[in-house]
Amino acid sequence: MVSRQRMWRVLPVFALLALALSGCSNSKVEMNVLDPHGSAGEKQLDLINWSFILMLAVFAVVTTIYIYVLIRYRKRKGIDRMPEQVHGNTVLEIVWTVIPIILLAILAVPTVSTTFDLSEKPKTKDAIRVVVTGHQYWWEFEYPDLGIKTAQELHIPVGRKVDLEIHGKDVLHSFWVPSLQGKTDVVPGRVNHMTLDADKPGVYQGKCAELCGAGHALMDFKVIASNDADFNKWVAEMKAPPAPVTTASEKKGEQLFQQNCMGCHAGINPNVQGPDLNKFGTRTTIAGVLPHDEQHLKQWLHNPQAVKPGALMPKINYLQPDEIQALTDYLMSRK
Amino acid sequence: MGTLIVLIVFALFLTAILTGGYNKTFLERVKNSKVWDWLTTVDHKKIGILYFLSGFFFFLVGGIEALFMRLQLVVPHNDLFVGDTFNELLTMHGTTMIFMAAMPMIFGLMNAVVPLQIGARDVAFPFVNALGFWLFFAGGLLMNLSWIFGGAPDAGWTSYTSLALNNYSPGPGVDFYVLGLQIAGIGTLIGGLNFMATIINLRAPGMTFLRMPMFTWTSFVTSTIILFAFPPLTVALLLLMFDRLFGSHFFDYTMGGSAVIWEHLFWIFGHPEVYIVILPAFGVMSEVISTFSRKRLFGYTSMVFATVLIAFLSFMVWVHHMFTVGLGPVSNSIFAVATMAIAVPTGIKVFNWLFTMWGGEIRFTTAMLFAIGFIPTFVMGGMTGVMLAAPPADFQYQDSYFVVAHFHYVLVGGTVMGLFAGAYYWWPKMFGKMLNETIGKIHFWTFLIGFHLTFFPQHFLGLFGMPRRVFTYQPGMGLDSLNLISTIGVVGMAIGTIAFLYNIYWSFKKAAPAPADPWDGRTLEWAISSPPPVYNFAQLPLVRGYDAWWMEKQAGNKSLPPAEPLGSIHMPSSSFIPILMALGFFIAGFGFIFRGDFVGAIIGLVLVIVCLFLRSFDRDHGYHIEPDEIEETNKGVQA
Repeated sequence: MVSRQRMWRVLPVFALLALALSGCSNSKVEMNVLDPHGSAGEKQLDLINWSFILMLAVFAVVTTIYIYVLIRYRKRKGIDRMPEQVHGNTVLEIVWTVIPIILLAILAVPTVSTTFDLSEKPKTKDAIRVVVTGHQYWWEFEYPDLGIKTAQELHIPVGRKVDLEIHGKDVLHSFWVPSLQGKTDVVPGRVNHMTLDADKPGVYQGKCAELCGAGHALMDFKVIASNDADFNKWVAEMKAPPAPVTTASEKKGEQLFQQNCMGCHAGINPNVQGPDLNKFGTRTTIAGVLPHDEQHLKQWLHNPQAVKPGALMPKINYLQPDEIQALTDYLMSRK
Repeated sequence: MGTLIVLIVFALFLTAILTGGYNKTFLERVKNSKVWDWLTTVDHKKIGILYFLSGFFFFLVGGIEALFMRLQLVVPHNDLFVGDTFNELLTMHGTTMIFMAAMPMIFGLMNAVVPLQIGARDVAFPFVNALGFWLFFAGGLLMNLSWIFGGAPDAGWTSYTSLALNNYSPGPGVDFYVLGLQIAGIGTLIGGLNFMATIINLRAPGMTFLRMPMFTWTSFVTSTIILFAFPPLTVALLLLMFDRLFGSHFFDYTMGGSAVIWEHLFWIFGHPEVYIVILPAFGVMSEVISTFSRKRLFGYTSMVFATVLIAFLSFMVWVHHMFTVGLGPVSNSIFAVATMAIAVPTGIKVFNWLFTMWGGEIRFTTAMLFAIGFIPTFVMGGMTGVMLAAPPADFQYQDSYFVVAHFHYVLVGGTVMGLFAGAYYWWPKMFGKMLNETIGKIHFWTFLIGFHLTFFPQHFLGLFGMPRRVFTYQPGMGLDSLNLISTIGVVGMAIGTIAFLYNIYWSFKKAAPAPADPWDGRTLEWAISSPPPVYNFAQLPLVRGYDAWWMEKQAGNKSLPPAEPLGSIHMPSSSFIPILMALGFFIAGFGFIFRGDFVGAIIGLVLVIVCLFLRSFDRDHGYHIEPDEIEETNKGVQA
């Protein structure tokens, strides 16, 4: 519920945006700083609006004087006037020094208080702890208290604080969910914290916001917020033992997976590590960017670099079509 | 290396063909040729032109890179330049524009104008001046050659580690960045020192600090910032060079290094750098607005103090580039407030410009149009600057297109518009020819409209979740039409730039010689012929107040009062050592990049040391221009 007080602050921005916004957002995945669905994003938007209004006031004053001066004091044809050579005006100069200082003080107070506010770790006991690790070019999410490990999709329950512990392994990345909360950098060698929550169920687009190499533009992820019941269902699903391998094709696929994929995707080789695929069938995207279906999975397997430049996964283009089919069947059945 | 030798032989052949074959008089002819004159000049006016034109050349290169990026982003899922290629474009665009276009063009104006404005015959160290230019040129050339020698740098102009380390950026790309910037950086540093020395020591009698024109003041302050800001960059680049070439681990966290150290070092340099490129533009605006409003600059003293204050504060705010690194709320708050404080002196400047025009008589020449277009554009950049200063809001803006929009509003709306204003204003003084005002106005309007069309939508792209430095975006997320508009805007900027190119051609081919004082100027440079004689002032002028030339004109004088009798003028000789030394650095740079036991590097550095030796034991004391020669030139000018 958006409070009325906040609405009037949002208004000027939206007035400017009316044109740009209309007819643009036709997807269910949300990605908009100006339409936040989390408490952090709302605080940030309040500050954005507050600073915008203050600055707009300054801009209005400057523009008014500017237009007046340009019209009133333009050189007119045939008139040769010698302007008075004034040195300055102490009173005026003090005025336009002091007023900006006051304006900035007005801005500085909420800025500092929000800065401290946002840096606080959640105090409530029902907060969910998630360890986020940024990799070239994918995101790993681990729920240490729940014993779940997944990738590309961060599931959170609506209304509960999520305490993110952000790690890095290779280069700098930056964790950003525009609709929920601003950025926190992934810095290899240090651990950063960030608190996140969503106030309504939905899918929120996440982005990597720090240049991290060739695939930077496609290092996407999603935050999937659902109500408590759905979230618990998801947790149970994730913790359940892997689905049995039933059909012949799937069995062949399992074998192929063990021969070709396990080195990276099951953590045997600690240096080359890919996303955990145990529950691959439950995901909604492939590699964070492709739709989750067989055709796109085959496309990805055939040439990952064509989808995501710089992806570290080798091309699986040496298998026969039926083997690829088997591997696809196996992966899609991992639920 | 082989390519290099082929190129040198080819160049020698070309020289031979153009000068009429090798024979006994070959060296003689070369020495008397115009090309040799320009390559060995130590005259600040010629060096200014070299700086400005080569800076403008790199501006075109960087502009084409920008055009390619906008073409890639015109529709979602485009595949024109993807992945590393796009990263190369964005890295080279940023680095070229800042280091190879903006700064050299600023140095160009400073060289062409500052000695004239303070009534000096040249800069304090003409040899060092030439060396500074050739080092910049060598560095810029070296970096841009990366496109054909193994790939351009692709870790962003900020070149953050660990992406810029060998593990993640194999190949020579980032080495070109490190060596190119290091060499160009030495040139900038000595250039800055030179201008500090010049402005402190070579002011004409009566030119006190508080009578100096505003452009000289901003040049002085910029030189000071350069002196303090470039050493951190030099150190950072040296550490990165050691990490990449010699296996050290300053920035490698797995070996106990830290990626954050690079960010600190880079931004301790990087933020003052922003003011290095904007303050001289402020100076240009102050001159242009004052001249074309026919009024004294309003609040001159407060302008000077605002400039100095901005320079001081510019060293106190670098962490605002790093709010999301996780340094904690205390340091974020301190740097946020410090950043906001910069708005105060900047605001003082804007109001002073407005009130300079207030009560004036405004002539809308092209130079003035650029200054007028600059004010609201720059104020918008300043507004978003204050908005960015609030860390919680910055968490949203950081590294998104909002930031891209912000810094283009200050760098294009501020620096580039300032450079264009300065170009139209001082062109007659630099080249002795006017630029065409009609073409100039086409240039201004297409550029201004194109600029806003390109960058205004980018504020919203950022707020709608588009990170910067991405080669593509997903359709249907609200980003499609804004990206399209942004790309369309580039057309306007391109037409404007082409108009300027045509204007340059027009001025060389068709323009009549410029008068000494075409704009009814106020400062000393307008008191002497366009272009000025090699010694600038036959007699050093006596300065009797602020806006000295304007004062003399008001008092009915046709020329400046002399501060010395007409006498023999001591001039520095041309020298081929600066270009040879830059060549040494250039070869050394290539040698480091291609490693291979560093033979090339050693050869290059030996050449540098030989040049240092030659220079140190050079017994050339310059030459003198005698009074009768001066009088002859003067007559020529008057007739």
